[in-house]
Amino acid sequence: MITYEWLYILTGGFFLVWSLLSLRDAKWGNAAFWGLLAASFLFGSHLSDFANGVLVLALVGIAGLGLLKRSDPATTTLEERQAHSDRLGNRLFLPALIVPLTAVAGTLLYNYTPLSESGLLAERRETLILFSLGTLIALTSAMLWLRPPVLAAAEEGRRLLDSIGWAGILPQMLAALGAVFALAGVGDIIGGIAGAIIPDGSIFLTVVVFALGMALFTMIMGNAFAAFPVMAAAIGIPLLVEGYGGNPAVIGAVGMLAGFCGTLMTPMAANFNIVPAALLELKDQNAVIRQQVGTALPLWVCNVVIIYVGAFLLWS
Amino acid sequence: MNYWPLAGIAIVVAGFALRFNPLLVVVTAALVTGVLAGLDLVAVIEALGKAFNDNRYISVTWIILPVIGLLERYGLQQRARAVIEGIRGATMGKLLTIYLLFRQITAALGLTSLGGHPQTVRPLVAPMAEAAAEKSHGELADEDREKVKAMSAATDNIGLFFGEDIFFAIASILLIQGVFESYGYPLTPLQLSVWAIPTAICAFIIHGWRIRSLDRRLGRAGA
Repeated sequence: MITYEWLYILTGGFFLVWSLLSLRDAKWGNAAFWGLLAASFLFGSHLSDFANGVLVLALVGIAGLGLLKRSDPATTTLEERQAHSDRLGNRLFLPALIVPLTAVAGTLLYNYTPLSESGLLAERRETLILFSLGTLIALTSAMLWLRPPVLAAAEEGRRLLDSIGWAGILPQMLAALGAVFALAGVGDIIGGIAGAIIPDGSIFLTVVVFALGMALFTMIMGNAFAAFPVMAAAIGIPLLVEGYGGNPAVIGAVGMLAGFCGTLMTPMAANFNIVPAALLELKDQNAVIRQQVGTALPLWVCNVVIIYVGAFLLWS
Repeated sequence: MNYWPLAGIAIVVAGFALRFNPLLVVVTAALVTGVLAGLDLVAVIEALGKAFNDNRYISVTWIILPVIGLLERYGLQQRARAVIEGIRGATMGKLLTIYLLFRQITAALGLTSLGGHPQTVRPLVAPMAEAAAEKSHGELADEDREKVKAMSAATDNIGLFFGEDIFFAIASILLIQGVFESYGYPLTPLQLSVWAIPTAICAFIIHGWRIRSLDRRLGRAGA
C-alpha cells in the first residue's frame, strides 16, 4: 500500500537535491535549511519527538538570523522565453495541466470504481498521493519533450523555492503551533470568555457574537477548523440551538463560513495569504490580505444576516 | 481560570505587527504558551516536534516547483499572456470573474485541486490578469501591477473557500457534522451543504463587484 511515508521519502529527496545545489552555489544558510528539512522528511518518522523539536528550533534559528537568501541560478532571458513561447505555442500548457488533472481524475476514478477496494493507496490520502504522481508524470514528460540541461528542472525549482524561502514551511509550523495551543487549553479559555460576554435575551446580538467569535478566533489560529468546535461548544449549541431554538444546520454551516471570512484576513493562514505573496514576488507580504479584506467584511455581514434569517425567522 | 496561555496570542499579534520573522514569532509563541500553561520546556519542545513531524504532508506540495520552473524557463508565463492578448474584448474584470465562477463551481463539485497558487495562479492566472489589464489600460505602474497580482491570488482563495462547502464530502462539512452529533444533533452532510449556497452567491456578487471596481480604478489612474 502506498502511504504518506512514500511521499515523505520522495519530498525528502527533492529537498536534499536543493540542499546540495545550494551548497555548490556557496549559499550555506540555504544548504543548511533545506538539508535539515530533507532530514525531517527522510528520517522524521524514526526520530524521537524531542529530536524533531530540536530540528524545528534549528530551522527557525537559521531563518530567524536571516541566513536564508534568494538565489539566482542560470536561466533563460526574457527574449529567449518569448521565442520559446512563440515556437512551442499552447502545447506548453499541457504539462502544467497534467498535475491537477491527474489529482482530480485519479481521485474520482479511485473513489467511484472498485479500485478503492484494492487498497493500493492509503485511505483518505489518495488526492495528495495522486498529486505527487501527477507531478512526477508532468516533470518526466516535460523533460523528455523540452530536453533541457540535466540540472535545469532542479535549478529552476530552487529559484522558486528560494523566492518563497522560510514562508514555505510556515503553514506546517502554524499547524504545530495549533497543536501546542490545543495542549495549553487556549480554545477553552477563549470559549469561556466568548460565552461570558453574551448579552441576555437578544437573539440577534448572540448571533453577532457567535459569528464574530468564529472570525476572530479563526484569525488567531489561522484556521476555521480549530475555531469551530470551540465556538459551537461555547455559544452555537448551548445558546443559539438549545436556548433560542435555532436551526442547527444553518448555525453550523454558516457559522463555519463566518470563520472562513476570518481566514481571508490573517497572516496566520499562511498557505493562502503569505505563500502566494512570496510566490508572486510581491513587495508587500500582506498584499493578498489587503485585496481580501474588502470582500471578507461585507461577506461576514451577509453571514450574520443569513444565520439570523435562516436559523430563526424562517425556522420558527 | 489561568488566562496566561493567552500571552502566546499577544506574542503572535505583536510579532507579526512588528515584522519579526514569522517562523521565529510562531515558535516563540508556542514555547511561551506551553510554559505558561504549566508544561515544562522539554515537553513543549517534544509537542512542537511531534506536531511538526505529523504535519509534513502540508509541505509535500512543493515538489511541483521543478515542473512550474521548467515550464517558465520555456516561456509558460509569456504563453499565458499571449493567449489573453489574442482574445478580443478580454478585460481583467471579465477574466477574474470567470475564474472566480470556475473556481467556485469546480470546488462545489469537490474538484478543489483544480486551482491553487503554485499550480495555477503564479504560472497562469496572474500573468493573464496582468496582460488583460495592460491590454485595456496600457503599461501598469508597479503599484497597480502588485494589486492585479494580489487580486488574482485573492480570487483563487475566495472561489475556493466559498465553493468547497457546497460539496458535501469536504472536511469542514464532516467536522460540523461530527461536532453537532457529539451534542446529540444528528445532521446529514447534505442538510449542511445546501446552507453554504446563499453565502456562495453573496461571495460571487461581492467579490465580482470588487474585481470590476479594481479594473475601473486602474482605468482612471491610467487616464
